[in-house]
Amino acid sequence: MLAAILTLAAMVAVIGLVLLWLGRRFMPDEESLVEQINARLPQTQCAQCGYPGCRPYAEAIASGEADINQCPPGGDEGVRDLADLLGVEPKPLDERCGEHKPPLVAIIDEDRCIGCTLCIQACPVDAIIGAARQMHTVLLDECTGCELCLPPCPVDCIDLVERERPTVWPRPERIAIRVRAA
Amino acid sequence: MSTSTSGLRLHGFPGGLKMRHHKQVSCRQPPAVAEIPKRLYIPIGQHQGEVGTLRVEPGERVLRGQALTASEDDFVVPAHASTSGKVAGVVEWPASWPPGSSRRCIELISDGCDESIEPQPLPDWQSRDSEAIINHLRAGGLAGLGGAMFPTAAKLRGDWGGLDTLILNGAECEPWISCDEMLMRIRPEAIINGARILARAVSAGRVLIAIEDPMDEVGAALESARRQMDSANIVRIVRIPAIYPEGGERQLIQTLTGLEVPHDGLPQDLGLVCHNVATAAAAFDAVARGWPLTERLVTVTGPGILEPRNFSARIGTRIAELVSQAGGYTDQATRLVLGGPMSGIALPSDDIPITKGSNCILALEADQVSRPHPTLPCINCTECVRVCPAGLLPQLLFKAVAADHEDEAAELNLFDCIECGCCAQVCPSHIPLVDWYRHGKDRLRLKRLDQRRAALAKRRFEARQSRLEKAEAERQARRERRRQKLAAPDQAKSEIQAAIERARGKKD
Repeated sequence: MLAAILTLAAMVAVIGLVLLWLGRRFMPDEESLVEQINARLPQTQCAQCGYPGCRPYAEAIASGEADINQCPPGGDEGVRDLADLLGVEPKPLDERCGEHKPPLVAIIDEDRCIGCTLCIQACPVDAIIGAARQMHTVLLDECTGCELCLPPCPVDCIDLVERERPTVWPRPERIAIRVRAA
Repeated sequence: MSTSTSGLRLHGFPGGLKMRHHKQVSCRQPPAVAEIPKRLYIPIGQHQGEVGTLRVEPGERVLRGQALTASEDDFVVPAHASTSGKVAGVVEWPASWPPGSSRRCIELISDGCDESIEPQPLPDWQSRDSEAIINHLRAGGLAGLGGAMFPTAAKLRGDWGGLDTLILNGAECEPWISCDEMLMRIRPEAIINGARILARAVSAGRVLIAIEDPMDEVGAALESARRQMDSANIVRIVRIPAIYPEGGERQLIQTLTGLEVPHDGLPQDLGLVCHNVATAAAAFDAVARGWPLTERLVTVTGPGILEPRNFSARIGTRIAELVSQAGGYTDQATRLVLGGPMSGIALPSDDIPITKGSNCILALEADQVSRPHPTLPCINCTECVRVCPAGLLPQLLFKAVAADHEDEAAELNLFDCIECGCCAQVCPSHIPLVDWYRHGKDRLRLKRLDQRRAALAKRRFEARQSRLEKAEAERQARRERRRQKLAAPDQAKSEIQAAIERARGKKD
C-alpha cells in the first residue's frame, strides 16, 4: 500500500517537473507575440487606437491592456485576423476609435502651403518632404493616410483623397435557382 | 498521345479539350486589306508595362511609322502612327481590359495620303549582334502579337545562358481564330526570316515552329519557304495534335519538349524562348524592311458576321469599321468578343480600337452564348481536375477563393492558372470558375500590395522612431553635461583660468 502511494507520488513529482520544464522551455515568448500581432496591423501609424503607433498598440494587446477592436484602418477584417491569432472571439470595431475608411493618401495643395514644417514633424513615416519656408510635398508611395498631418497645418492646405488601387475582378454573383411558383 | 513528327518526339500535356475548330469559316477568302479609317484611336499603352511619354503635340502632322511615344527601357514599348495625318489630341477611349474601362488613346485624323517615314532597316542583320537586333525590335514597337502583348525586347534581352531553342507558336488552338494560320499561309518567308532574326537575337541554334495537325496548307507553305531561306538548316516545322489550350506557352513547351516550366520560373530557365509566329513576321518587317509595327492580321468571324474573313488592319482602327467591311452583323448577333470563345473578353461596344494584341473579333448569336445558368453547388465530380492543363485542383481553388481564403488559394498555386476556361466549360454545376479565379488573383494581388505597403510603413516608422530616440538621447546627454558643469562652479572657474593662462602664454 505504502509502496504504491510512494511510487505514484514519485511519478507525479517526476512528471510534474518535466511538464514544468517543458512549460518554461516552450513558453510563448512575449516579444514574438508582439511581432505577430504587429504583423497583422495595417501599419498606418495613425494612433487612432490610443497608442502612438502600431507597435505600441501591439505591445498593449499582448500585455492584455488593450482590446483587439481598436484599429479602424484594419477594419472588421483586421479584428478577425487578430481574433484568429489570439484564439478569442472577434467583436465589432470600437466606434470610439473611429470608422473604417478606404485607404487614403494626403495631398498638399502646394499653392497654399507656407512651408511651416509642422506636418513634417507630425508625419509618423517621414512621408512629407520640404524645408522651412519652402513648399512641402507628400511622397505618395510612402503615405499611409493616417491623417496626423491635418491638425497641425495652420493654413489647412492638406487634403486626404482615396488612394488609387488596382481594380479587382468582381466576385461572381450567384444566379438564383428559379423555384417553380407554387 | 506521343507521336513522332519529323524525328521529334512529342510529349503532350495533361488535360485539355478537343473542340470543333470553326476556322474554315474565315479562311475561305484571302485576307483583305482593311480601309484606313478617317479617325484612328491608338492606345498609348498597348503592352504589359509602363506607358512611354508622349512625343507628339496635338495638331502635329505625323507620318505612318512615326513614333508617338518614347521608349526609355525594354518594358516601355513605343506606339507608332498607323497612317499619316494630324494628331487631334489625347482622349480617354473605351478599352477591352479591364472590362468597362477606358484608356488614353491618341486620336489621329487620317489625311488619306498614307505617307510613310523613310524605312529604317537594320542593314546586314545576319552579322549583327543581339544587342543591335533587340534595340531595333524595341524601336519597332514589338510586343507579343499572340494576345498578351508582352514587350518582345524584354523577353529577348538578358543573360540567360544556354538559351538554345526558339519556339514559334503557330498552334492557334482556340476555335474561330485564324489570323495566325492565314499569316503563315500568305507570308511564310517573313515568318522563316523572322525566326532567323529572333534566333540570332538570343543566339539560339534551333527553331521549332509549332503548327496544328489540321493545318495542311500552312505546313506545305512553311516547308517550301524553309527550304529556300533557311540555309543554316536550323528551322524545323513541327505538327502537334489540335487540343485546346495547346497554344498556351507552357502547354506548348511541355508538348514539344516534355519539360514543365517551373511555376515560379520562365521558359528561359529551360533554355527556351517562345514567340508567336506573328511576332516573328513583325520582327522581319522591323529589322529587314524597316517598318515599325503599325498593322496586324485580325480575324473577324463568327455566326454573327455576314462575311467572315481576315483583315490586315491598322492599329487603332475601330472594331465597328472592320465589322462593316466584313458585311456587318447578322440580325441575330448578340455578343461581341475580343479573342476566342474560351479565353476572349466580351466587349461592351464596337468602338474599341484594334491593338497589337487583338487577334480576333468574334460575333456570336444568342444560341452560342451560354445562358446564365443557375450556379449549383460543387459536387466534387473532379471533371475540372481531369481537363486542367496546368495540373491544378480547380474545385479546391474555387472553394478557397469563394471562402475568401486567398492564402490557401495561393498555396494551391492559383497563379499558375492560365484562365483557359476548360474547367468552367466542363463543370456540370455551371460554376463560373474562371471568374472566381480572376477575382481571387486580383484579391491576392491587392493583399500582397497592402502587405508590401505595410512593411514599408513599418520600416519607415521604426527608422523615424530610432532617429527620434537618438536625438532625444543626445539632447539628454548635452543637458546632463551642462548640468554637471553648473553643479561644479569651481571647476568651471579653473578651466576659464587655464584658458586665460594659455592665451597669455601665446602672447608672450
